[in-house]
Amino acid sequence: MENAPETNADQNPEEFYRSPTTTPEADPWALPLEDIDLATGAIFQAQKHHEYFKRLRQENPVHYHDKNPEIGPYWSLTRYEDIMAVDTDFERFSSEPSIALFDELLGEERAPMFIAMDPPRHDEQRGAVLPAVGPVRLKDLDQLIRKRTVEVLDELPTGTPFNWVEKVSIELTTRMLATLFDFPFEERRKLTFWSEIITTPPILMGLTIEDRLNHLGECLQTFTALFKERQFEGNESQDFISLLANNPATADLEGVELLGNLMLLIVGGNDTTRNSMSAGVLFMHENPAEFQKIKDDQSLIPSAVAEIIRYQTPLSYMRRTAKEDVEIRGKQIKKGDKIAMWYASGNRDESFFPDADKFIIDRPNVRRHMAFGFGIHRCMGNRVAEAQLRIVWEEILKRFERLEVVAEPERVEHSFVHGIKALQVIAHPKGNKP
Amino acid sequence: MTRIHVTDASGASHVVEAPNGESLMSALLNAGIDGILADCGGGCACATCHCYIEGDGMDRVGEANSLENLMLDSAAAERRDNSRLSCQIDVTEALEGLKVTVAENA
Repeated sequence: MENAPETNADQNPEEFYRSPTTTPEADPWALPLEDIDLATGAIFQAQKHHEYFKRLRQENPVHYHDKNPEIGPYWSLTRYEDIMAVDTDFERFSSEPSIALFDELLGEERAPMFIAMDPPRHDEQRGAVLPAVGPVRLKDLDQLIRKRTVEVLDELPTGTPFNWVEKVSIELTTRMLATLFDFPFEERRKLTFWSEIITTPPILMGLTIEDRLNHLGECLQTFTALFKERQFEGNESQDFISLLANNPATADLEGVELLGNLMLLIVGGNDTTRNSMSAGVLFMHENPAEFQKIKDDQSLIPSAVAEIIRYQTPLSYMRRTAKEDVEIRGKQIKKGDKIAMWYASGNRDESFFPDADKFIIDRPNVRRHMAFGFGIHRCMGNRVAEAQLRIVWEEILKRFERLEVVAEPERVEHSFVHGIKALQVIAHPKGNKP
Repeated sequence: MTRIHVTDASGASHVVEAPNGESLMSALLNAGIDGILADCGGGCACATCHCYIEGDGMDRVGEANSLENLMLDSAAAERRDNSRLSCQIDVTEALEGLKVTVAENA
């Protein structure tokens, strides 16, 4: 392993730390600045994070917190401009050893993945899998996405509530993920499960650390078999596994080295699009005038998709580690310090997005949202994600007068994955106005 | 400043005064050239600042590295022998009078 394994000796992994100060009940504007701990899932679950971000953007845009025993001291960047500057400066801000504040540990080891690597190794590994989501492949995928979207939407119950997350968002993104991996289609829900295993603290799933490792072991075993099967000269298939198995830069990956990249591709292609697909339904429900705009003019759908992604920001932040001492807005960041770039905040920065807290599907600079990141680690699947979201809205408009959200959404307690677990919806078919 | 002759995505001609030391992409973006999207902000990670370098320009702009080559393969518009990502080209005096055509980025 390139990186020395890091362990937190004091940490009992069976316990789930929650900030005692930064709670859903606390007043974001009254808390002493040093007590604000943004790496706290509870405030995201309760949708209180925006107020914290707003305060920090105004009062303390380069914020320091050192009281979180799980992750240690870390900096938070909350302004668009500062996040952009750090994200595009890989020479001073490393993605190694991890892009999350929390350590992703597999027992004593860390699974290396190219999102958490610097050049040149990052470039080689990312380059290996890039064709799976490139424009050539995307043209083929477009029709497939539409066919599946039609199938899934046509099966939805009308007039009675159902969980949109389960029936639509998970189903469509999991089918796409299975296609990108060319994973056995009937077993595709394993991918969804592994994605949850990767991103969720085991205790929140009622699992032990050991259970988690066992599930990840099964994931690795399954993929290793496919990897070997597809490793042969002349294999021109453009699925992730074939591409990894046959590129000189990645053909020798095994064990945790392979698992790391698999985890990245599973989560990257799953939770993100799923949560934008769910959140969009909620936003359109809450903003009927904006929904009316796409009903009146479908050419606005791509812009609406970008706005949905901005407004949700399915991954709240990415972490960097300073490679040298750096000063940002007068704050002295030391070599080795952890820095969280809060995309969720940059995407609500009023100095970049006027009326940032409003959902406006045709805002002029919507394409400049930060949710895909910037620089060398920018999301490589953004076009597939955008295509899935665009097509789902095109097909929704063909079928439904509106999608009515009938209960408070159930949200994920997570500071990294900004997600919705359940969204109860009644679909009102066209020509059948309630 | 170095003068760059640009044909934008809609076919209009411009002369851009590009500051030396900046990337060609950022000069084109700041000049508001139609077709330069630069989604990733210059990370060689999105291929939406794709340009065609005209005339003898390819000899003057240097070589694409391996990552840029990969990204060019995955660009939306056709890759040609004179394709480059403008974020990977540094503006210097040696580029005075360079002619570029912006590809159909999407």
